[in-house]
Amino acid sequence: MNNKGKIILLAVVATVLTAGYIFWDLGPNWDYALPRRVIKIIAIIVVGCAIAFATVVFQTVTNNKILTPSILGLDSMYMLIQTGVIFLFGSTHVMILNKNLNFLVTLTAMLIFSSLLFKFMFKQNRNIYFLLLIGIIFGTLFGSMSSFMQVLIDPNEFQIIQNKMFASFNNVNTDLLTLAIVLMIAVIVYFMRFLKYLDVMSLGRDQAINLGVDYDFVTKRVLIVVTILISISTALIGPITFLGLLVANVAYQFIKSYQHKHILPGAMLISVIALVGGQFIVERIFTFSTTLSVIINFVGGVYFIYLLLKENKSW
Amino acid sequence: MVEVKSLFKKYNNKTVVEDVSIEITKGKITSFIGPNGAGKSTVLSMISRLITKDSGEVLIDGKDMGKFNSNELAKKIAILKQANHINIRLTIRELVAFGRFPYSQGKLTKEDWKYVDEAIEYMELASMQDKFLDQLSGGQQQRAFIAMVIAQNTEYVLLDEPLNNLDMKHSVQIMKVLRRLADELGKTVIIVIHDINFASCYSDYIVALKDGKVIQNGPTEQVINSNVLKEIYDMDIEIQNINDNKICVYFT
Repeated sequence: MNNKGKIILLAVVATVLTAGYIFWDLGPNWDYALPRRVIKIIAIIVVGCAIAFATVVFQTVTNNKILTPSILGLDSMYMLIQTGVIFLFGSTHVMILNKNLNFLVTLTAMLIFSSLLFKFMFKQNRNIYFLLLIGIIFGTLFGSMSSFMQVLIDPNEFQIIQNKMFASFNNVNTDLLTLAIVLMIAVIVYFMRFLKYLDVMSLGRDQAINLGVDYDFVTKRVLIVVTILISISTALIGPITFLGLLVANVAYQFIKSYQHKHILPGAMLISVIALVGGQFIVERIFTFSTTLSVIINFVGGVYFIYLLLKENKSW
Repeated sequence: MVEVKSLFKKYNNKTVVEDVSIEITKGKITSFIGPNGAGKSTVLSMISRLITKDSGEVLIDGKDMGKFNSNELAKKIAILKQANHINIRLTIRELVAFGRFPYSQGKLTKEDWKYVDEAIEYMELASMQDKFLDQLSGGQQQRAFIAMVIAQNTEYVLLDEPLNNLDMKHSVQIMKVLRRLADELGKTVIIVIHDINFASCYSDYIVALKDGKVIQNGPTEQVINSNVLKEIYDMDIEIQNINDNKICVYFT
């Protein structure tokens, strides 16, 4: 099967799953259930595509197939903001109750944090790995600060935080979703002009420069786009970047091409399949007794260990 | 012509390249020789914009390198580094096709594929062009990368230790190809090379560096002589004429 065939196959599977999710067991009150399911499925598709896209291009510019953009510390920042607000103002504060406000504040904070990070890094012309190291350090710092506050907090309040720790599509707000979609489309349209460089970038820095890519410029743009996409999806549904690692690598294995015009749609479709499939299992089999990110992290973790063992062997 | 004017490079206050000025003749092979840490690769990387220079100028055909746009420069000058580890799985043909990127931006035309075919033919890789790079020996990989540089069809070809890790047979093969690039296609080839005998047998000009400075710069016959080599390598090197080639004897 050639790559086009594989992508069509993935698209068919994704469509069938989506339709299955929406229409299966719809029940007599379909006028109530249908719109809710459609909104949820749109959120899933948007977030899935954004994460797959961000992870693949991030792995291309870092030239590393076992990194995820979560290394930039955005997930931890998200948790820190949520925990901090509850710690300082309590769970009844307007920031927690009003989802729109929460989304906007978290998104802005993450974008400000990453632009400061980039500004500091790019000014000194450090290389990208230095940036990642700084990201890890900040991520750990934020993580520790959050756990510190979580330990001190009232157990009932902690329950609220715990809900935020796992990505969930169960209460996505329509207004937010529209805003997120518009932002994401704008970012991806902006990114289109850099798409042709990605294949060359995957040859590594020296080859990319040799072939006439303005490497530093493109790398910065890619990182900024990745940050925006990850920030939007995290603010929308919670930390789920681990999914990216999983779907990007499944896509590399399945598509067997180096060309991003095949890998990107492949990864995005696999991502949608994994999320819709996962959500289906959560809702219909576990009847909401677990969350999607638990399943994703479990499958992803197993796959990650497999990857490490395999890479280890290939040396 | 590539002109380098008083190039400087420092790493954490340690000067690695100091006031290097050279002119590289068109259509010839110029070799950079010198002991480890002499700054050969650094100079080559600065000429090819892989690393930034602290000060100085690199002029390509009379125009400052910084004034070229990156894509234009990629049609003029090609660089191949010594370590070419690639993270993705490519066949030889796919790799060579990358050489056309500056012209096609990823959408190869018929003409681009013609260049790719010619480059593969030139490096005698046609029979294995659909093999993956990780299935090849070191020598074959090196040839594939050189084919990519040929497909890039630049006037200047820069190679950083192209013979690294190759056996004698493959080394000779590569050097002969470089000679043909200069003689048949009129390319200007600049290489960093450790084996002074290969430099002596195949290059037209030699630039000898030591501690970041140019010690000698001139036609091969002029540089390959015992006094100069002693100054560069701190070794007594005897030179013998074998079949009209100057061979340096330094093994004992």
